[in-house]
Amino acid sequence: MSQRILDHAGLSALFKALAQGRKAFVPATVQGKATWIPATDLAQADLSLANTAFSPKNFFFPQSECLMRFGADPAQAHEPMQPAPGLDQDLMLFGLRPCDAKALALLDRIFGQDPAMLDPYWADKRERTLLVGQSCPAPCPVCFCTGVGGHPFGTEGLDLLFTDLGESFLVEVISERGERAMKDLPMDAAKAAAGDEPGKKDLARREELKNQAEAALALDPANAPDLSALDKAEVLDLYESPLWERLAETCLNCGACTFCCPTCHCFDIQDETKVDEGRRVRNWDSCMSALFTKHGTGHNPRGRKLDRVRQRFMHKFKYIPIKNQEIGCVGCGRCVRLCPVNIDVRQVAAQMNGQAASASGGQRP
Amino acid sequence: MTDHQSNPYLPYPARISRTWAETEDKSLRSYWLSFDRPEDAAAFAFTPGQFAELSLAGYGEIPIGIASSPGEGPDLLFTVNKVGVVTTRLHELGVGDAVFVRGPLGHGYPLAAMRGKNILVVAGGFAVTTLRATMHHLLAHRADYGKITFVYGARTPGMLMYREDLAAWEKRGDVDMFVTVDREAPGWSGMTGFVPAVVERAAPSPENALALVCGPPVMIKFTQPVLDRLGWGADQIYLSLENRMKCGMGVCGRCNVGPWYVCKDGPVFTKAQLDRLPKEY
Amino acid sequence: MNERQIFIREKAARLLSEGRVDRVLGYRKGSVPLRDAPFVARTPEEAGELVWSSFCLGNVAKALIGLPGKSAVVAQGCVSRNLAVLLAENRVLRENLVIIGVPCLGMADPAKVLAELGGREPASLVETAETLTVSGPGFTKDLKRQFMLRDNCHTCRHRNPVIHDFLAAETGPETGLGDIEKTSGLWEKFTPAERFEQLQATYKDCVRCYACRDACPLCSCPTCFVDQSDPQWVGKTQDFSEIAAYHLLRAFHCAGRCTDCGACESACPQTLKVRRLTSKLERDVRALFGREAGMDPSVPPPLATWKTDDPEGFMK
Repeated sequence: MSQRILDHAGLSALFKALAQGRKAFVPATVQGKATWIPATDLAQADLSLANTAFSPKNFFFPQSECLMRFGADPAQAHEPMQPAPGLDQDLMLFGLRPCDAKALALLDRIFGQDPAMLDPYWADKRERTLLVGQSCPAPCPVCFCTGVGGHPFGTEGLDLLFTDLGESFLVEVISERGERAMKDLPMDAAKAAAGDEPGKKDLARREELKNQAEAALALDPANAPDLSALDKAEVLDLYESPLWERLAETCLNCGACTFCCPTCHCFDIQDETKVDEGRRVRNWDSCMSALFTKHGTGHNPRGRKLDRVRQRFMHKFKYIPIKNQEIGCVGCGRCVRLCPVNIDVRQVAAQMNGQAASASGGQRP
Repeated sequence: MTDHQSNPYLPYPARISRTWAETEDKSLRSYWLSFDRPEDAAAFAFTPGQFAELSLAGYGEIPIGIASSPGEGPDLLFTVNKVGVVTTRLHELGVGDAVFVRGPLGHGYPLAAMRGKNILVVAGGFAVTTLRATMHHLLAHRADYGKITFVYGARTPGMLMYREDLAAWEKRGDVDMFVTVDREAPGWSGMTGFVPAVVERAAPSPENALALVCGPPVMIKFTQPVLDRLGWGADQIYLSLENRMKCGMGVCGRCNVGPWYVCKDGPVFTKAQLDRLPKEY
Repeated sequence: MNERQIFIREKAARLLSEGRVDRVLGYRKGSVPLRDAPFVARTPEEAGELVWSSFCLGNVAKALIGLPGKSAVVAQGCVSRNLAVLLAENRVLRENLVIIGVPCLGMADPAKVLAELGGREPASLVETAETLTVSGPGFTKDLKRQFMLRDNCHTCRHRNPVIHDFLAAETGPETGLGDIEKTSGLWEKFTPAERFEQLQATYKDCVRCYACRDACPLCSCPTCFVDQSDPQWVGKTQDFSEIAAYHLLRAFHCAGRCTDCGACESACPQTLKVRRLTSKLERDVRALFGREAGMDPSVPPPLATWKTDDPEGFMK
């Protein structure tokens, strides 16, 4: 893994160089909201932002995405459907936080769970997007990545990672794609963004910042919920816990948590027709919606609010771990911040663990 | 993204080659579908118990069990209950009309595990579709299986599906057939009574046997204790579930029962598996 | 502020210990500084967790709908009016309801607080009657509470509970400092093209999570029109026409029943100014019918009733 030290100008030069041939996006504040904006210059970015209000999953899994088109005229009814084309240009996200990168890696394992049925719409965008992360020396109060197996300096899912050392930036090449991107830089641009080998002092500073970040996260015990009993727990022990009833009392069953979440990936597929064309579209959907699971006959396996709020947490902390051997939450803290009724995923996970721990004493019949 | 190998969302164009009302109340219609392109038919390699997404451009997609067996040729048989937007439109279509098919999806019945065993098939109402497919497969490879017991119930004689098939199986003499309707009806000389009672009467032995069960929840609920009494183990009973689905690939998130997706990991599960999972189906 | 909280806790504990109610709907301290959590206290001990702060941002009348037995509700002006609407619509029976009224001083808008912090996230908050002191890693900031109020609280017309069984403090000023007639009348100055622009500017970032609807005590249809599938009235994409259909229809659905409680705006994860439509419709209802929602539980909402001498032709 190669590492370089760049000054501010060097990082800007690197951004410019990588943005050649790619449409680049950076975090910035627009009308008071932290979001991603297209940028041609790093000066447009606000790298001091804690994180964007919503996750960047939208770049790979748009809220609304045309999958294919078909003729709306009945005479064309036999024509094969025409898949929507892939990206017309490579992309780059510059300044991505490690939690969000980890979420993309987690979603790779869901959208690509079966190589024979790889989701081409997801894969196309993932393959063609360079992910340049920035580590989090100062995690915000609702972040809890370390509580769910992540790290403020984590590299999973990233191609490059930079760390603001104060006077300079440490840039690390993480993936093969990152290495290729660095190799393919135009000559003059490469020169401007070449930087130096990091010295001992730089690496020591990185270590110091990393320790600082860990310490900041450890300040609040809520950030490190004990999840150790969840693994061995029986699905039904967690499912039948009384804790869901209390949650359902105040949960609004809105989609705020699922829509801001970097790992929520549920969707609906619908056909739409206008006068001269039809399209098959996939839209974000939410397990909080009653319609999500309602059968055509009217029967609904998750007909109550309780069933739905339970599903979200069971999915993240039990079902995904069973299938993929990892927790389905990356600890970005968005839902903690945005839930209108302050249902705090850290507390819910800890309560689930408590349930698991108390249930593991007795055997299920 | 543009071909079926690289895009599992892309459906095959097909057309209706035959269609008829399957039940007296006309709520169910059956369709034989022919793929427009022979290479698509060849690519659609499936086993009994799997399902497909049927779609009508502009109306949407619906998951439906494949009622024919691969041995019946390249066309596919589906029986469609008229309940929603897509199925209502389908019921208005006739021979030659365009339909799209995506699949095959899910895992079918455990054909390998079934070889050499006695097979009990229990079906109720509309849920007989993929069990028809399975019966065709079993009977086409009759020597590979032991005793076959087929229990099937419907509300009335007119609500029995696939009556030609039932008659043909009856005639063969190598299947123990128990076809029943809820109560006496004019012109019906066959069995009467609910499926659980008929299973009790048939008393299939669990010895070296597997059961395939598909039907409405109430049938399953009352058949279960009968099988328990007869000594059937939970790992000998296979059930096929239905849930609302969209992607058919275990991604879109709505059809899960616990950690498992009915579309991807099912729709066929053993009762032993389901006993440890939420009853979210 | 604190006198209110003390009263709420004592009253709730007594109601529960005397068995007069099955539960008390209120708030408890949130896990984040800028939002307290709606809470259902079921025991006198749990009543001790109830809080009253500038961040009780929901509308607990919503949680009351459909509950069996007897409930007490902690209600400031707007929430008491929502209770009155529910009573007028026979969704709740007065004998099953105990109202712990709270003369309100207005709730704060987390977005306004965050805007003062330049992208930093607060870790804690201490409030007094005048000041919100927020602090986080490496910063502490005093903010004037008055300037941090939600828009609807700034223009509130009825801060004191309209109906109540108990009152947590002396009644205070009835209105906020702002003028709702001014802010809600903006649309009328626009040309139709400008109105559409304004509609787009207001709602284009909507992600259709429906938090505004789900937080709203008026939205209690068994199946909302956006969730109906056969027929499906509204598309599911992010086309603005679909977004606009949702917000316009919802606003009209609420006309004459909306108390401008602001729960919709406080719930919105995109911090949209959801009230721009609803407050305009309430302005129209005031102008056309001379009525404000929820001022009298014995009077049905103006658009939910009729008279034989109504001017509409179909009455003849």
